[in-house]
Amino acid sequence: MATTKRTVEVALGTSGIDRSGRPVRSPLTMTENGGVSTLEPPPPLEPQLEGEHMLINIGPQHPATHGVLRLVLELDGETVVRCIPHVGYLHCGFEKIGEYRQYNQIIPWTDREDYLNCIGNNVAFALGAERLFGIDVTPRCVVLRVIAMELSRIISHLVWLGTTCIDIGAFTPFLWSFEQRENVYKLLEDWVGARLTTSATRVGGMAADVPAGWMENLNNFIRNFPKTIDEVDRMLTRNAIWVGRTVGIGAMTAEEAVNYGLSGPMVRASGVAFDVRRDFPYLDYETYDFDVPVGSHGDVYDRYLVRVEELRQSVRILEQAAKRLPDGPVNIDDHRVILPPKSKAMSDMESMIHHFKQVMEGARPPLGESYVAVESPKGEKGYYMVSDGTGKPVRWRIRPPSFVNLSAISRMVEGHLLSDVIAINASIDIVMGEVDR
Amino acid sequence: MKSRFSAVIPGSAAPDAPAPATLRNVPNRGGQANPSAADLQVRFGAAIRRVEVVWGETVVYVDAANAKEIIQWLHDDQSQQYDYLSDVTAVEYRDLERALEVVWHLRSLPYRRFLRLKAELQKGRPLEVDSVWSIYKGADWLERECYDMFGIKFRGHPDLRRILMWEQYREGYPLRKDFPLRGRFSRAEQLRQALSANPEARYSMEELTIAQAFEDLPEDMRNRLRGGERTGE
Repeated sequence: MATTKRTVEVALGTSGIDRSGRPVRSPLTMTENGGVSTLEPPPPLEPQLEGEHMLINIGPQHPATHGVLRLVLELDGETVVRCIPHVGYLHCGFEKIGEYRQYNQIIPWTDREDYLNCIGNNVAFALGAERLFGIDVTPRCVVLRVIAMELSRIISHLVWLGTTCIDIGAFTPFLWSFEQRENVYKLLEDWVGARLTTSATRVGGMAADVPAGWMENLNNFIRNFPKTIDEVDRMLTRNAIWVGRTVGIGAMTAEEAVNYGLSGPMVRASGVAFDVRRDFPYLDYETYDFDVPVGSHGDVYDRYLVRVEELRQSVRILEQAAKRLPDGPVNIDDHRVILPPKSKAMSDMESMIHHFKQVMEGARPPLGESYVAVESPKGEKGYYMVSDGTGKPVRWRIRPPSFVNLSAISRMVEGHLLSDVIAINASIDIVMGEVDR
Repeated sequence: MKSRFSAVIPGSAAPDAPAPATLRNVPNRGGQANPSAADLQVRFGAAIRRVEVVWGETVVYVDAANAKEIIQWLHDDQSQQYDYLSDVTAVEYRDLERALEVVWHLRSLPYRRFLRLKAELQKGRPLEVDSVWSIYKGADWLERECYDMFGIKFRGHPDLRRILMWEQYREGYPLRKDFPLRGRFSRAEQLRQALSANPEARYSMEELTIAQAFEDLPEDMRNRLRGGERTGE
C-alpha cells in the first residue's frame, strides 16, 4: 500500500519529505534500481530576484480559509518562508458571557462555537457541568449521548471532506458527503427539532427523548452510509491528483505533534494513538469496541485517511449503541437540577416551586471545579468550569482543539509552496467559531 | 473490519498503563490523588503549597516562581512524562481580594495521567509568571490568549502580543472581573475608534518591516539578509 502511494508521487514529480519530516524542495527522480533520489535544484531563472521576498495576504474573507482566518505569508518565489496567522475576527467573548449565565443557559452558546459539532458540544458541556454538580445521568441518557456524539462526528468529518475536496479541486465527493450530511441533519431534526443549533442536552439529561420510530431511521442510516464512505474512498484514496496534492505536505513528526499540543486526527495522523475516548474515557466509551486509526507520515494524506477511517469507526460505535439502548427515563429524578415536566409544574405545588427556583436562580453546584475533555471531531475539546456555589460559573473555559491545532500552521507550511498552504490549512479542519470564540 | 493503519505508537499509552474507565460517583473532596502529586511533594517540598482532589481531579498549588521548573521536571522525568500540555488559562474569582490563578492542564500520555497545576498571583503585584513555551510549543497561542484576556505576562514568551483582540485594543483585559460585560468605553466611543482606525495598522510592525523597510536598509545589511540571515534572532 505504502509503495503504491509513493510511486504515484514520484510519477507526478512532486516534492517529498525527508527522514526528519522536512519537505524536500528539489524534484525527485527514479534511479536505475527503482530507488528514489533528489535532483540538483535547477539554477534560478532570474538571479537578480533571488532573495527578494514578497508579502502576500490571504483572507480574512477568502473561501479557502474556512471562515475568517487571515494568513500573512512571506514568499521566496512560490515557497513560503514564514507565515504569520491572525485570528480573532469572530471573537464574541463566549467565556465572558458564560460568567453571566446559568449553566443551562450556556448550552445554546456551545452550539455556536464549533458549529459543525453542535450536539457534541452540548453533550460535552453537560458532562462538565454534571461533574461539577456531582450527578450521574441515567443509562438511557448515556447511550443517547454516545449516539449524539458519533452523529456529530460524522457531520463534522463529512463537511471537512467536502470542503477539503473543493479546496484541492474535486467537486463530486463534496456533493456525496453533503447529501449524507443532510440525512444526519434530518435525524437530528426529528429528535430535537433543530438542525444546526441543537441545544439538545440539559444538565442532568436531554431536552427530549428520541421519538417513536427514530431508531429505525438511525438503523437505515447506519446501513446506507458506509456505501458513501466506500465511494469517496474509491474516488480519492488512489486518485493521482489527490495523492499528488496531499502526500508529503505539511508533515509533522510524532514528537512535534505531541509537543505542539495537536489533538484528534492531527496527532493520530502523525502516529500517536491519543484518543480521549480511549485514554480518558467518558460515557462508557471503554465498553465499546472500536479502533483508533493511526497514520505513519503525519502529512495531509494521512489526515485524510485517518478521518475516513474514523467515519467507519463511528458507524461501528453507532451500531453497538443502537443495539444496547436501554429503556427508561432520560432525565435524572432530581428537580433541584432539572426542570419538572410542564404538566406537573402546573398542577403540583412542589414542582411549581422547583420550576420557579430553576428558572429564576438556576441550579447551584457545590464549590469546586471540573475539567471534562471529550474527543470532538477536531480533537481534545475540554470545558473547564469553576463554581463558587452560586448559580453562575466563576469561569467557563473552552479548550479549543481548532485553536491549538491552528497554532502549528506556521510550522507546517514552512518550506512548502503557496498552493500547499491551502491544502494544509484545510487538513487542520478548523472552525473559526471555535478558534475565536 | 480490517484496519490499514500500522500501530506506530510513540507518545501514547504504555502497555502497562492502568486500564482507563469512566469516572463514576466521585466525591466532591478527597478521593484517589494522582501519584505524581506525592512525587512532586517529595521532590520540591515547600514549593508545593497544597494538593487537593476535587471531583476526582488532582489540583497541585505551586509557587508561581517555581512553576516552570516544576513543569520542566514533570515533562522530563522518566517516571512522570507529562508530554502533553492541554491548556493554559487563568481564573479570577468574584471575591476581588482573592488571588488570580494561572492554571496548567497537563497530560501524561504514556501513564494516562491528568494533572492540574495552579499558581496564585496576588493582586497588587505584577501579574507575571514564566512561560512554558520552551517546554511545550503548544503553549504559544494559549499563553498569548491568557495575556490578551487577563493581562498576565509570561516571561520568556517569544511573541507575547494580543491574539483575539486587535493589537490597538486599549480597553483592558476582557476576562478580568472589573471589566464590564459591555466593555469599558461607551458604544459611541467604540464606534468612533472603529471608524477612525488606520487600516494599515492591521499589519503588525513585524510584517511592515518585511514589506517596506528592506529598501531603506544600508547596503551591507541588505546583503546579509539576502544571504539568509533573519532579523530578530
